[in-house]
Amino acid sequence: MSFISRGFRGKRRDVPSSSRVPPGQHVVDDFPVLSAGPTPRIATSEWSFVVEGEVDEPKRWTWAQFQQLPIEEFTVDIHCVTKWSKLDTKWRGVSVDKILDGIETSADFALAFSYGGYTTNVPVEDLTGGKAWVAFEYGGEPLHPEHGGPARLVVPHLYFWKSAKWVRGLRLIKDDQPGFWESNGYNMYGDPWREQRYWGD
Amino acid sequence: MQQADLKLDGNAIGGLLREIFTMEMTNAQSTCAGCATVNAVGRVDVYMNAPGAVVRCPACGQVLMRIVQGRGRYWLDLTGTRCLEFRGGEDGP
Amino acid sequence: MARAAVLGRLTWQLGTVAGLIQETPKVASLVMDVPDWPGHLAGQHVDVRLTAEDGYQAQRSYSIASAPEDRRLTITVERLDDGEVSPYLVGEVRAGDKIELRGPIGGYFVWKADDQRPLLLIAGGSGVVPLMAMLRHRAAARATTPTRLLYSSRSYEDVIYREELDRLGGAGDGLTVAHTLTRAQPQGWKGYARRIDGAMLAEVGWPQDQMPLVFICGPTAMVESAAGLLVEMGYDPASVKTERFGATGG
Repeated sequence: MSFISRGFRGKRRDVPSSSRVPPGQHVVDDFPVLSAGPTPRIATSEWSFVVEGEVDEPKRWTWAQFQQLPIEEFTVDIHCVTKWSKLDTKWRGVSVDKILDGIETSADFALAFSYGGYTTNVPVEDLTGGKAWVAFEYGGEPLHPEHGGPARLVVPHLYFWKSAKWVRGLRLIKDDQPGFWESNGYNMYGDPWREQRYWGD
Repeated sequence: MQQADLKLDGNAIGGLLREIFTMEMTNAQSTCAGCATVNAVGRVDVYMNAPGAVVRCPACGQVLMRIVQGRGRYWLDLTGTRCLEFRGGEDGP
Repeated sequence: MARAAVLGRLTWQLGTVAGLIQETPKVASLVMDVPDWPGHLAGQHVDVRLTAEDGYQAQRSYSIASAPEDRRLTITVERLDDGEVSPYLVGEVRAGDKIELRGPIGGYFVWKADDQRPLLLIAGGSGVVPLMAMLRHRAAARATTPTRLLYSSRSYEDVIYREELDRLGGAGDGLTVAHTLTRAQPQGWKGYARRIDGAMLAEVGWPQDQMPLVFICGPTAMVESAAGLLVEMGYDPASVKTERFGATGG
């Protein structure tokens, strides 16, 4: 690459603290909307969440039941594989620890699945220990459908495609299984600090 | 930005497809493996604000193609496309 | 030339901006010299790639506005205030700058002047750009194809290529131009003053038994609405070609 577009910088801003921004990422102030299909519009009255797969029996919550789970506020940095990072994003939701509380499973992996058909795989140990949530508020507002509302998974320590929008359940599985992007080039794990973007990274 | 604005059409991936096939592909005819609808690639639905390009059938919404580019490689999933008909380099009679 | 325009591996080339034309407050045309330009067809687009000093890149597609017969390559770009590439192209770029581009691209949304079918062109906003390439091609090739353009803009000031369209529409060679202004109209406005609807298409369009060829370009909602209405009116879906805003966005 030799050509430089005179005066072009892009929409990025200077990084306040590089220790918070993984390699190859740049910080944005806005919240880009990514979408691989039509945006599902799910009323909370129709919404439900299920944990299924390697469990004695599936456990299901309605929206009202889900709101009875212990709700946490959390502030995290998020890193999209399309190379933007957003710092100090504020959410409210239920930790996956609380969702899996009391569920016996021998599964090491989970496949999150969504309204609209999206799927993504995450090891169970990356969903537990206070590392992942199902969030339904962003920035003090109900999560907008464009950003995955009514509820999305938030797994901030992995690339943001793991944080499935419009999530409606977790399927617990013994053997790792690629999701929507992982089956077509994207990394099975997706650690931004090791730049695990693609297969073989 | 409105959600509808994120939906483009096959014209938007003309350049990407030409990188892969080294020929113009928006004229190609694609058959959906789900509903068997045949469409010119130029008129199918395309979502590009994503980690890759996602091509969907305008009739049934099924994913026709997923195209990912990275580190000098392409990943091209055509599971949802039963057939892709396009002209080769030589004109026929 | 047509074969060169659709076959072969795409390579990035440098165009030099020879001139800028401010078409409307938000829209500008970049007129470029591209030394190894292989020629193009009306309706095709180019990919434009910008590179920052640290290697960061952003890429967008823009419709070609110039006719295949024109000596220089012109793209017309609408500045989107929250965009990344368009505010650079409309605002930062000046004559003499180099722009990295590749193309031409596209074989679906293209028109050649030797096509005899009556032509209906429907544009929303900067969706007029590839259709303008068709009209310029039509004029340069001295074609008399019966042609109607229906062009929807927000206001009079937002009409891109207004004077040139007036001139082309008044040439008496079979082209008529109809405008609709959806948000604001000047005093004494005689054109349409609403979104494109079935009644408007019935007035402006061709009887479907004349087997017209239709090109629609604009924002997604407008394109889908107009195409749906035409198919309901009995137009052959295969002869209604659409391009959603992608080639002029960002």
